[in-house]
Amino acid sequence: MMRADAVLVALVVASALGVVSAQHQARKLHTEYEREQARAQALAVEWGQLQLEQSTWATHGRVERLAREKLGMRLPPPGQVLVVEPQS
Amino acid sequence: MKNPRSVTFNHNPLLKRDLPAWRPRLVMLALMGCSVALAGRALYLQGVHNDFLQAKGESRYARTLEVPATRGRITDRNGDILAVSTPVRSIWALPADAQLEPAQARELARLLEMDANELNRRLAASRDFAYLKRQLPPELAKQVADLHLPGIHQQQEYRRYYPGGEVMAHILGFTNVEDKGQEGIELAFEKQLAGRPGARRVIKDRRGQIVEDVEAIRPPRDGQDVALSIDGKVQYLAWSALREAMEQHKAQAGAVVVLDARSGEVLALANAPTFNPNNRANLSGAQLRNRVFTDTFEPGSVMKPFIAALAIDRGKATPDTVIDTGNGRMTIGTATISDVKRNGLMTVAEVLQKSSNVGTVKLAQQFSADEMWHLFDQLGFGTPLNLGFPGEASGRLRPAKSWRPIEQATMSFGHGISVSLIQMARAYLVFARDGELVPLSLTRVDGQPSSGRRVYSAETARTVRSMLVAGPKGTAVRAQVPGYTVAGKTGTARKLENGRYARKYISSYVGLAPASNPRLVVAVMIDEPSAGQYYGGAVAAPLFSRVTEGALRALGVAPDVPLTPLQLARRSAEEDAGRSTASRENM
Repeated sequence: MMRADAVLVALVVASALGVVSAQHQARKLHTEYEREQARAQALAVEWGQLQLEQSTWATHGRVERLAREKLGMRLPPPGQVLVVEPQS
Repeated sequence: MKNPRSVTFNHNPLLKRDLPAWRPRLVMLALMGCSVALAGRALYLQGVHNDFLQAKGESRYARTLEVPATRGRITDRNGDILAVSTPVRSIWALPADAQLEPAQARELARLLEMDANELNRRLAASRDFAYLKRQLPPELAKQVADLHLPGIHQQQEYRRYYPGGEVMAHILGFTNVEDKGQEGIELAFEKQLAGRPGARRVIKDRRGQIVEDVEAIRPPRDGQDVALSIDGKVQYLAWSALREAMEQHKAQAGAVVVLDARSGEVLALANAPTFNPNNRANLSGAQLRNRVFTDTFEPGSVMKPFIAALAIDRGKATPDTVIDTGNGRMTIGTATISDVKRNGLMTVAEVLQKSSNVGTVKLAQQFSADEMWHLFDQLGFGTPLNLGFPGEASGRLRPAKSWRPIEQATMSFGHGISVSLIQMARAYLVFARDGELVPLSLTRVDGQPSSGRRVYSAETARTVRSMLVAGPKGTAVRAQVPGYTVAGKTGTARKLENGRYARKYISSYVGLAPASNPRLVVAVMIDEPSAGQYYGGAVAAPLFSRVTEGALRALGVAPDVPLTPLQLARRSAEEDAGRSTASRENM
């Protein structure tokens, strides 16, 4: 009788310790998950800022100015345009 | 010295005396009463009335966090970003807690780019709460946080950026400091764009780290992205051409609309004067005005083709029908209508080409007021477009019953009726789409456009289109675009001021291109050109030509008149040109 009780008590204690350790594990993993989520958020923000930067550099006005002033490009006068059409 | 008496508890001499039996019982009873009271109280606090303590306990470790949601982005039809929200931080202070050393205050003022005195004034204020600076870039906010100043706090907010700046200002509108739409698309699509922040309850440990999710009270919902029908390239071309025309003609204001004739999408919409949506200090009402939508004007001669088309559609005239415009003057009641110069006998085609008022009135007089009203109504004049754009004007179209004969006459050449530029552009879709009118769209239309409503027969629309082709003889020589046929009509209308026509003009041109297979409808309007010229043919037509030329090229529309003798690619040469021709065929 006594022996059976002792075994049961030992089992209960072991299970209780198991719960504690599982809870601890869960919390540690959750913290990690939160950290990764925060990182994902930060990356999304950075992505938005990079998109903004890209479209600011690629403004049509800026591209036109650079093409005209720096690269010396210009629109071809109508006489210089050849239209290529497929022969059907 | 006496020996001390040995004392044991069992043999306490005091106990030797017989105590009355009730005394221990009384003590016993008192002790039991106390423990029952304690047990009762414990039961009460833990079983019956437990909310308060439980809440107190929870507040030590559970937190409700707000989960931010971002506002949707706005892109053009090619996916280029036109508006995007990024997080910024606002710095606020509790003046009572913020006791700063002078050196600290100076450092803070430097980071916030504020005057140190102004900062001290704000901190000295007797308010409980004061914003020091709103919408600070995150890097700067971090430097402020690193100062670890007492009573200085931060809060995350979003700020909207518009990389397109002034070019897109009027279409997009803007948001306020809370990132809510105030104008333009931002307001029109507020429901779609706005994000809804969520909330969740978590358990935090001693170090402030989240260790457990208790519940998600509300999941956050990010705003949806909106893809506009606007084409960034066409928009830029329209805007820069408009800006040049404004300078050249010293005009008060101007506007350009470009529509896709196939789908009814708005490809470009430019206004002048404009503003920079990223820096909205010192804005005036004139800059904010989206004239394309909110301003109505008497369109003048651009109205004439609709009357001619009605006459042709009902079989009351053909392009070659001859109309006698006499000496270019015509009296109805007490008013006289006159042409710029006398033209005598003209065909209907010439009436449009030379823009004869008398000729148009003679065409219009064959119809009843009801018939004309019905035409105007079908073309969408007098009713707002219902695109959801804030402040859309409906224009003025009075009921046919109240028309006097002179009014019916003037309406035929665009006076006594008022429309917005976008209404006029849309109405010209009937000529571009073989008589059909479709609803406009500010967002990208994928797939088939919604079905239209027929106003004229296809044949009539094509006939009128060919009559409108800008040739070397008409009022709009300068609307021509090299390489393409364009069809359109000039308009010059005097402005109404206090009910009288003033010597101020609105010069306009509405046209479509290429005339053989219309792809675009372009409407331009210049308000009060004051550099000498004011006729539509001289002011608006060149602007139309520039916008149309650029837009056709940007969209890769094949020219329909030869610039130089056409070079037909041979089979062998097709290999080289294969890619570009293939893509053109697909368009």
